[in-house]
Amino acid sequence: MKKTKSISRAKWGYICILPFFVTYFIFSFLPLVDTIRYSFYEYYRSGIRTIGPNFVGFDNYISVMGPDFFTYLKNTFILWIIGFVPQIVIALLLASWFVDARLKIRGEQFFKVVIYLPNLIMASAFAMLFFTLFSTSGPVNSILANLGLVDGPIDFMGTPTGTRLLVALMNFLMWFGNTTIMLMAAIMGISQDVFEAASIDGCTPRQTFFHITLPLIRPILTYTLITSLIGGLQMFDVPQILTNGQGNPNRTSYTLIMWLNNLLRAPDYGRAGALSVYLFVVSGILCIMVYRMVNRDDEKKIRRRFNRN
Amino acid sequence: MIRKNNSNIARSFVAHFTLIILSFMCLFFFYILIVNSTCSHAELQKGFSALPKSNALVNFRNVANDGTFPMLKGIVNSIIVSSLCAAICTYFSALTAFGLYVYDFKLKKVAFTFIMVILVMPTQVTALGFLRLIRNMGFYDTLIPLILPSIASPAVFYFMYSYLKSNLQLSLVEAARIDGCGEIKIFNQIVFPIMKPAIAVQAIFTFVGSWNNYFVPALVLESKDKATVPILIATLRGADYMNFDMGKIYMMITVAIVPIIIAYLFLSKFIIAGVALGGVKE
Repeated sequence: MKKTKSISRAKWGYICILPFFVTYFIFSFLPLVDTIRYSFYEYYRSGIRTIGPNFVGFDNYISVMGPDFFTYLKNTFILWIIGFVPQIVIALLLASWFVDARLKIRGEQFFKVVIYLPNLIMASAFAMLFFTLFSTSGPVNSILANLGLVDGPIDFMGTPTGTRLLVALMNFLMWFGNTTIMLMAAIMGISQDVFEAASIDGCTPRQTFFHITLPLIRPILTYTLITSLIGGLQMFDVPQILTNGQGNPNRTSYTLIMWLNNLLRAPDYGRAGALSVYLFVVSGILCIMVYRMVNRDDEKKIRRRFNRN
Repeated sequence: MIRKNNSNIARSFVAHFTLIILSFMCLFFFYILIVNSTCSHAELQKGFSALPKSNALVNFRNVANDGTFPMLKGIVNSIIVSSLCAAICTYFSALTAFGLYVYDFKLKKVAFTFIMVILVMPTQVTALGFLRLIRNMGFYDTLIPLILPSIASPAVFYFMYSYLKSNLQLSLVEAARIDGCGEIKIFNQIVFPIMKPAIAVQAIFTFVGSWNNYFVPALVLESKDKATVPILIATLRGADYMNFDMGKIYMMITVAIVPIIIAYLFLSKFIIAGVALGGVKE
């Protein structure tokens, strides 16, 4: 009797998860298979003529893996890292300040609201805003000139460093608040006893930070690092709008996804496919790292629950 | 002891100073944006002024009446897409979480592991196949491909699943069954209300994510009257903007950004609590 009942309920389990899996199958899995399939074909438009699809084996993979690939990979990495390093440093500092009762931070809620705000802003509109603000005749130059800091207008987007720094600044502003709040939650998850014990033992704030807080929140730091890396790999909106899809000057802020976007529009399906497969492999590896971490946490929690009982 | 207090005061000063600088950086650019959107083109040519002018209404009317960049139509499209996304994404994620948490079935473990593996998989890697699929299905240049795929959102599912795990007692489901409640009714009338806080948080994040999405709409939308806000912003960037009325351009960016800021100010407590929940992964 009981057995039949549980079988009839199993049916409901499948019904509940069916929409998710059907949608995933249609809109993600089939496209993935199709993407992989076209990566082996020569299929592009040249003028008004469409060439292919002809099977060409691994030709697309070889042709995509040229000097351009490494340049764009390097650009993507540079744009990500110069935004990420200040982001994680500032977030760690702010998070440890917010939870430190001795500092008596006033208006904590206000600061949190303000620093999280840029995260919700449309990246494309934000990039367009920066483009107008930092243009040679824009308000930033006008303010700098009024303050007497510069002789002539600075062409921020005329140099590779300038453009990259602007992209990094936007990414920093958009993400440091989010990271701060996440790290804060992680630090507050640490038992208060540990901090008290440290304080009784005469730990300075610096020692407490480096020898207690940091090691204890390492899992979430790694998680932040990897999810940010995945986000960095997908960097598109900000450099695309800021440079109007050109990655100027001289393609120094041209990212991998901007390239993919261009190949899809050309259209050059074969090479777009090969590039997608490379990106898929890299993100797949990163995904498995995230999976392992999330899963290990669950195991740890279960073990702890057992110990408690 | 006094020295210790002094050092705390010094640290507190540094902390407040840094926070003020960072807050200034966060707000400064939006402040310029809003001030500039109230200026006429001529006023903007004269250089930056720190105080708002009185041209906001004229600029807004110019934006509303511009046929090349149908901003208001874009906002309507964006609202349609984002609200529907938020609704179906949260409902089906909650349903999936419910199915995997409450019932026992053979493929349960496989299904869960699968979703966890694809948790952070970027959508861009399947864009080629997605674009071709959408063309073959006849959904090209419609809003449907922006809405339907959000039924399968692994990250939202994971949030819902964690929430269920700490907030739903299985005995409650059992009790409802004994009272003769059907399984669908259990979800819709008992579990769904319990999940309301999680659903509200994720609805906000999904709405914002979809509102800000640029990559997919840029691929599947073509005609102007279907364009969402980010597409219009990108078109604006691609146009020969130097000949434009700059006051109007600032107003367009304002129109794209400010509704979200206003909504955020009302919901900020809620949103920040939601972000913090994502951080409790230990």
